[in-house]
Amino acid sequence: MNVQAPPEAVVEAVLAFADDELVLGWRDSEWTGVAPFLEEDVAFSSIAQGEIGHARALYELAAGVLGGDADTLAFDREPAEYRSAPFVELALAGDWAGTIARHWLYETADAIRVAELMESDWPELAGLAAKMDREEAYHRLHAEMWRDKLRGEERFEAAVEQLWPYALGVLESPQRARLAELVGREEVEAVVRGSHDDGFAALHEEMTMVRRSVPGASW
Amino acid sequence: MIWEVFRQEREGQPLQHGGSLEAPNREFAEAYAVEFYGRRHESVALWVVPREAIVEIAEPYVADVFDRDYRRVDGYSLKVKLREARERAGTA
Amino acid sequence: MLERMTDEDFRAHVQGGGQVETGDAMPEDYRRALIKFIEMHGNSELMGVLPEREWILRAPTLQRKLALTAKVQDEVGHGQLIYRVVEDLGKPRDACFDDLIAGKTKFHNVFHYPTKTWGDVGVIAWLVDAAAIISQKALLKCSYAPYARIMKKICWEESFHILHGRDVVLTMMTGTDEQRDLVQEALDRWWGPLMQFHGNPIPAEHDPMYEWRIKSQGNEEARQQFLDGYVPQIWELGLTVPDPALRKDEETGVWHYTEPDWDELKWVVTGHGPATERRLGLRRASREETAWVRRAVLADAA
Repeated sequence: MNVQAPPEAVVEAVLAFADDELVLGWRDSEWTGVAPFLEEDVAFSSIAQGEIGHARALYELAAGVLGGDADTLAFDREPAEYRSAPFVELALAGDWAGTIARHWLYETADAIRVAELMESDWPELAGLAAKMDREEAYHRLHAEMWRDKLRGEERFEAAVEQLWPYALGVLESPQRARLAELVGREEVEAVVRGSHDDGFAALHEEMTMVRRSVPGASW
Repeated sequence: MIWEVFRQEREGQPLQHGGSLEAPNREFAEAYAVEFYGRRHESVALWVVPREAIVEIAEPYVADVFDRDYRRVDGYSLKVKLREARERAGTA
Repeated sequence: MLERMTDEDFRAHVQGGGQVETGDAMPEDYRRALIKFIEMHGNSELMGVLPEREWILRAPTLQRKLALTAKVQDEVGHGQLIYRVVEDLGKPRDACFDDLIAGKTKFHNVFHYPTKTWGDVGVIAWLVDAAAIISQKALLKCSYAPYARIMKKICWEESFHILHGRDVVLTMMTGTDEQRDLVQEALDRWWGPLMQFHGNPIPAEHDPMYEWRIKSQGNEEARQQFLDGYVPQIWELGLTVPDPALRKDEETGVWHYTEPDWDELKWVVTGHGPATERRLGLRRASREETAWVRRAVLADAA
């Protein structure tokens, strides 16, 4: 059977999704060891691992079409080649209110994105999206649990307000109204993909420093 | 709030005390119990109980003042009677 | 439940293999010694996380990133188990954190040293964890049952940590010259602290920790076990140990080595290690930044 390569736009979308998960997982893992309390430290670390795991699976899928492997796509591209949304790149270390606000907004947006990918004509992508959705259910539960606890808390509400335009930028334009509906906010102008947050260059530098120290080596 | 976690290692096994954790409410306690006692798929069942709901019994057994060997296996000695019964039946 | 008894009877109870549970009557000295010992263990888990977590962000492959995150997560989890035991003995978690950050309580020497390269990541996960696991296995026999029970979970979870460490090292040792150099250089720096890790030899007869069966393994015994298990593993990779006197007496089975610098050990664990201030500062800062979360979430409803 002659399997056709998926459309370039779809592969680009997969790469963008992988970059989102990688960068968010990287940001979330900044909390491992220094989260507000020990029980949550362990729970949030699982969230970060889930995101990196999803990134890996998405990169592997893209690598099947683009060549290379998950690690070459994750680490060996120039900063300008990454498609991550500024939302996931924001440095929120030390800011738990911002981190949870991002977590909650991202999981809500992601649910919309994953639901659409589960309908993809590319069967491997649809299958992967279904698997991700099962794990994301736990992430959503965790985010809801925290949102319930922090709802009304000034720091949290202020963070949601501030991050809202960024959250919209995770999704493509047609999906944003749905996000606004789920979150209960008015749609505003989104901070879209295409340019990187100021901190991204430093993130990329640190993320790739060991790998670049001996190019081409196995680690 | 402190919650006690009970876990079942394999199907059919008794639930055993696994440990305790701090959580503000039931939702959090459930999430954390799964993390601590389930993230490696090491438990097939988990219970969480607020510590204050648990009653520790100071004396787990009734005082053993009078002989109660009629309740124990070692309170019965059948060897002699069995030999006699076999001899009677000719099956010794 | 153990009734109140004389110190002598209590000693006889634990030395005879008797266990102690949380609600049992116990000598005040025993309780205090337990808290001090177990709290130090918890402190070490929390401080041990700090050198390693930097490298999560720098991990050169996705698998290494995941493995290192999971390892650090386990260690935080162990900290949680350990501090819960301390809290049930009477010292609240917050008090433990306050004392740690204020420099009033101790943690293991190895976590007072900086990490410099990915070579450290491999060496720490392989050898520092190995040294720690030897002590931890001995604690499975602790007379204080709640602690012995969490040690069982801890030892089980640690099993993948050493494999991960060994995998990281082996990958580098079968890689490029630069990678092999990274491992050797890291080993050269970590050997001293590793030899000091189990502490200077203390005669068991004078140590209440043995009388009460809190500890059941001597410091020197632990160190010999470490050398016996791991020096052959180090040498078979073509790595060298920076101690020309290190050798095993084949007749007695005893490892001979240059006497570690016990003054350095004392100086470091009393808060003067090269990375001590920076790390305690990090703990202090993150604790302050997140104090509002604990107030909002953990403070029990009135």
